[in-house]
Amino acid sequence: MSTQTFDAGVQDYQLTYWTPDYTPLDTDLLACFKVTPQAGVPREEAAAAVAAESSTGTWTTVWTDLLSDMEYYKGRCYRIEDVPGDKEAFYAFIAYPLDLFEEGSVVNVLTSLVGNVFGFKAVRALRLEDIRFPVAFVKTCMGPPAGIQVERDKLNKYGRPMLGCTIKPKLGLSAKNYGRAVYECLRGGLDLTKDDENINSQPFQRWQNRFEFVAEAVDKATEETGERKGHYLNVTAGTVEQMLKRAEFAKELGQPIIMHDFLTAGFTANTTLANWCRENGMLLHIHRAMHAVIDRSPKHGIHFRVLAKCLRLSGGDHLHTGTVVGKLEGDRGATLGFVDLLREDFIPEDRSRGIFFDQDWASMPGVFAVASGGIHVWHMPALVNIFGDDSVLQFGGGTQGHPGGNAAGAAANRVALEACVKARNEGRDLEREGGDILRDAARHSKELAVALETWKEIKFEFDTVDKLDG
Amino acid sequence: MSNLMTDDYRTKYTLETFSFLPDFNADEIYDQIVYIINQGWTPALEHEVPEKASRHYWGMWKLPFFGMRDPNLVLQEIEACRQAYPDHLIRVIGYDNYTQCQGHNFVVYRPRGM
Repeated sequence: MSTQTFDAGVQDYQLTYWTPDYTPLDTDLLACFKVTPQAGVPREEAAAAVAAESSTGTWTTVWTDLLSDMEYYKGRCYRIEDVPGDKEAFYAFIAYPLDLFEEGSVVNVLTSLVGNVFGFKAVRALRLEDIRFPVAFVKTCMGPPAGIQVERDKLNKYGRPMLGCTIKPKLGLSAKNYGRAVYECLRGGLDLTKDDENINSQPFQRWQNRFEFVAEAVDKATEETGERKGHYLNVTAGTVEQMLKRAEFAKELGQPIIMHDFLTAGFTANTTLANWCRENGMLLHIHRAMHAVIDRSPKHGIHFRVLAKCLRLSGGDHLHTGTVVGKLEGDRGATLGFVDLLREDFIPEDRSRGIFFDQDWASMPGVFAVASGGIHVWHMPALVNIFGDDSVLQFGGGTQGHPGGNAAGAAANRVALEACVKARNEGRDLEREGGDILRDAARHSKELAVALETWKEIKFEFDTVDKLDG
Repeated sequence: MSNLMTDDYRTKYTLETFSFLPDFNADEIYDQIVYIINQGWTPALEHEVPEKASRHYWGMWKLPFFGMRDPNLVLQEIEACRQAYPDHLIRVIGYDNYTQCQGHNFVVYRPRGM
């Protein structure tokens, strides 16, 4: 028996959507937003408005609300917290019932949580800081096609990070010259090379030609070195049909790994490709072009940790995370936080790493963290220390800029990597003794000695734009 | 012609982790075994003829050394394996039963000429 009546008009959001007494359920999807309200709008009203607009609410009351069990379906703001060091903004914690989201669709989750609400007038700026995906939702997603453990077994890489590099110049090489650059890197000691994200199928280098020449390069390096090698063949394309066609051809050529840009191509395409990879035994490297547009502002947008979690659900075996030490953005604590979110099975709340919720992945496979961009051999000790074994360290200029060419550059990086791993295992402090470890290793490697000489003076000391709050 | 000043780089037949470093002496192998044991992993040995080195499975030397705490015993097993298979490659493995993966894996012995 219903006791509700229909009162037309606009009512305050907080009457319905601000519920400080609510205890979230294990099956609720939880979100933390950083809300910067318009002047004069009370916190509770702004927070409730965000909860409403990202779930069941509309700006005015409608009679059909009464045909639904709104108490069951509504999102609820259950907590408000100060943002340390920021007087304007506050954190709003919102719980959404699981029924609001389609099974296995991160697309649906994002369409609700970061949809119309981000243009909403009551808030001046809005940032999605974190999502707690309940196990009940996680179990509806298939996640990475292979995951860290399976990829290690397939590629026979154990006890160390893998080494990679993006082939440069990123645009303009013919397919045959490009394959040459791949072969030189791999024969010198890299495990993996990568298409630049901008390389799809341009007039100077159509994808079929690139795939064929690169496949020969990978196979030759594998045969000659006795090690398993791969090149991330970028299958990102203008349509999903083209994407899958390219993926099929990579498989026909016997190649182990392909690559995709998950944000520019979109989550639907990405999940389709991840499922294809799982069914076809292919590894999937994920690049993140466009992420900085979404995640760089500290006040508005989506934090990268949310994008990383969504990617793990959608599917990918590698994801770029920034380097902490190189030329690109990245606060160390925050980076370590989302690196854990990619790789571990259970990650507890830890505000010092920007993690707002416990996250249980319920045995979903992990994703390799990829550190790429502006790094060279002198960064190796810090990178091994920061990223640990379950990572791919990618030195583009730091390989191909070696005076002796790609093979010598690759060998220099491989010697440096192995020297650092050995020293770490012996209990030495890599960040304090890194210089000595590299110089000692260079006594047995001319290539490393030359690399240490080449890059000695380069430093990157820009302050990060987006730091953790407080 | 400064390019002519650089060396020709010869492709090396290598065997994954640590194969770009000089061969380890007994102390260096000992330290890596200590690392494996301290991680809570199980040390194990595998051996294979060089021609089949690139396959996933090598021959197993006995069973993995479950519960092993003494690195010297592992060194003795490496020596026993080497005497039994002097023409084979030998690698040390650290099995991690939590990740169900190998936490470590490196070649400790190469037959003469490799």
